[in-house]
Amino acid sequence: MTVRVASEWLNSCSGCEISIIDLGERLLDLLKLVDFVHIPALMDSKYLGQKGDGKHISLPDADVGLISGGIRNAEHLEVAEEMRKKCKIIIALGTCATHGGIPALCNSYSNNEILERYYSTETTDKPDAFPSEGLPELEERCFALDEKINVDLHLPGCPPHPDQIFSALVALLEGKPPVLPSKSVCDTCPTIREGKGQLKKLRRFLQEPVCNPDEPLDQMRCLLEQGVLCMGPVTKAGCGGDQRIPRCISARVPCRGCYGPVRQDGNQMTDMLNALASNGVDVDSLSEYPSLLRFSGAHGRLRPPRKEA
Amino acid sequence: MGQVINIAPITRIEGHASIHIKLNDDGGVEDSKVQMLSLRGFEKFVEGKPAEELPRIVNRICGICPWHHHLASNKAVDACFGVTPPPAGHKLRELMQTIAHAEDKLLHFFFLAAADFVIGPDSDYAARNVIGIAKANPELATKVVKMRQKAKMVLEKFAGKAIHPVAGVTGGFAKPMSEADRKSILGEMQEILDFALFTMDFAKTQVFPPYLDTIQTLGVINTGFIGTVDDEGALNLYDGKLRIMKSDGTYTDFEYAEYADFIGEHVEPYTYGKFPYAKFWNEGFSMDLDNPKGIYRANCLARINVADKISTPRAQAELEEFREKFGRPAQATLLYHWARLIEEVYACEHAIDLLNDPEITDTNIRTSAEPKAGWGVGCVEAPRGTLIHDYSTDENGLITRANMIVGTTHNIGPINMSVNQAAKMLIRDGKVDEGILNRIEMAVRAYDP
Ligand code: SF4
Ligand code: SF4
Ligand code: SF4
Repeated sequence: MTVRVASEWLNSCSGCEISIIDLGERLLDLLKLVDFVHIPALMDSKYLGQKGDGKHISLPDADVGLISGGIRNAEHLEVAEEMRKKCKIIIALGTCATHGGIPALCNSYSNNEILERYYSTETTDKPDAFPSEGLPELEERCFALDEKINVDLHLPGCPPHPDQIFSALVALLEGKPPVLPSKSVCDTCPTIREGKGQLKKLRRFLQEPVCNPDEPLDQMRCLLEQGVLCMGPVTKAGCGGDQRIPRCISARVPCRGCYGPVRQDGNQMTDMLNALASNGVDVDSLSEYPSLLRFSGAHGRLRPPRKEA
Repeated sequence: MGQVINIAPITRIEGHASIHIKLNDDGGVEDSKVQMLSLRGFEKFVEGKPAEELPRIVNRICGICPWHHHLASNKAVDACFGVTPPPAGHKLRELMQTIAHAEDKLLHFFFLAAADFVIGPDSDYAARNVIGIAKANPELATKVVKMRQKAKMVLEKFAGKAIHPVAGVTGGFAKPMSEADRKSILGEMQEILDFALFTMDFAKTQVFPPYLDTIQTLGVINTGFIGTVDDEGALNLYDGKLRIMKSDGTYTDFEYAEYADFIGEHVEPYTYGKFPYAKFWNEGFSMDLDNPKGIYRANCLARINVADKISTPRAQAELEEFREKFGRPAQATLLYHWARLIEEVYACEHAIDLLNDPEITDTNIRTSAEPKAGWGVGCVEAPRGTLIHDYSTDENGLITRANMIVGTTHNIGPINMSVNQAAKMLIRDGKVDEGILNRIEMAVRAYDP
């Protein structure tokens, strides 16, 4: 029996879907076992019927529903609810879906501030009113999926590594619960750590780190110990896929936390600030804090600053 | 009131969009609108962030072309902080961007667009897709999947992260290229070039010929074009000056930093997306099919129209053949597919040229920078069009102001016009079927929005 899969993207960038395509030849194998019944990225199934005369969004029944992106407008919400109704299992695919992702940085601002800037940039002919005719209205902020619908499985990553998408789908096909990494990025990082103590201040990543490009990564000193912010300690492992090595570290660039917090309900900002402070690092040497939540600003973590009266 | 038809969502494209067509009482098209539904507000929420972090934030604007956002952003930050990457830093960035182009065009042609031609515009929607192609022609599908994957894995293996890359850094590139890497990537790129040449030939002999009439009619509009050229007027995807050409073939060149003097963005009440237009033509903005104003197009067809030539031999030969057949500037919308394959050949050839440049393995790849107040405009040609990132920073190097014009948005006006043209041509006496609606979407897909 084939498994029916539906896929939707909401407040997203399509990177998660490209990561599915990056399964490469494994995708061709997978297509023998799963039947994609709806995937706007690749297939022409429509919300309002194939002749475009329906009145309400309607999606086909499926065993597994993959949803990338958070919920930012009324249509995202309607599609998410319809997916929940029609799919037995809902997978939140990618960090936008699990924690809001980069687009949830908007949660530091009101909708009006966002619209005001977008429609008054130096190249824009500022309109009298913001566009709204027949458009899905913005929700009050950007939500992670589980703030609005029940989610059965969280598969974070920006984007999730194809190896994880593959093993999760294969596990579901075999009727087993998918196993996801429960460690931190640091736990999978080969760099040399010498221990606490010496570092007092962080600097910005504006110079080359100390490393010999001819030597493998296990000869490079941990980037955080070299004095640049690295979110590895507070970020869920897995971005290296089956090869394990964290992807950014392999390019000799520090982690920024794209897999979200180690525990689904963790807080990357407070966890990181605590980790730094307890190691004697002056957290005021960071330029600002909201960036520590750049991947996990949903769930009410990022909010507009309270205006002084 | 007449009937309303909604094509929602537009499928096999990257973005979130839908089409609304209003019929009049006689069953003809009264009006059509393309709605861009996504509004995320990057221009606002990057404010206050350290500028050097932006290339790792704004790449999330698009998961299909993150390299281009990443690099345009890096160039803007370099300019804000007043640093110039060493030659190898620029060349590694350019190499990654060029390979990303090569990957993207295979993705678009085979995974998104080809089904309309290979399976057929009127075929059942359940089979009219890449999965249908895989079932009908498993051998070709396997080859396509392998080749595209090869390009993608070159990026992933060398630069660590291919979707939402991190290897471009302020002042250059994060990682030098070893001789072993260079040799292995060169081998891969030669294979991909062979496949690009095969694809060009396959398209010219087997994919396009049955549709030559459709190509000459569907979605055809008359507009200007924008693209980047180098000092010799040759096509360049990474750096150069901008050129806006009128439909009569005359053109104006300008520097990136001057873009705001040349381009304006019009707003319509029915879509979140803005409509860039050629402000400096001083004729305003209108999408009237017979008398458009300010309208120019971006992306591959635009680039090969504005370029005087292409610097690599095989792509240049293809360009000559193309111009012979369709003139300059070529206006037929479905020719975007053809132009895309010419650029595919160029991207592969140019990547090989870069890999054969002895400087590419130089280990001096990054200039150190200090945060400071500044202003910078970074621009590259993304697959979907000219991409502009414009930032200002304060004395701590934090972003105070950002403006971005994303490749696809240049084409929002033209897409609306092509849809309008296609709908008016195809919908008569209120007769609408799936094939007709899909043909209207084909006019959108050509732009690869
Ligand atoms: S998680 Fe990342 S890749 Fe996925 S949709 Fe969000 S921004 Fe794109
Ligand atoms: S802090 Fe960064 S560099 Fe250091 S071990 Fe963790 S992930 Fe690796
Ligand atoms: S190293 Fe960190 S930011 Fe980079 S891919 Fe892994 S989890 Fe994401």
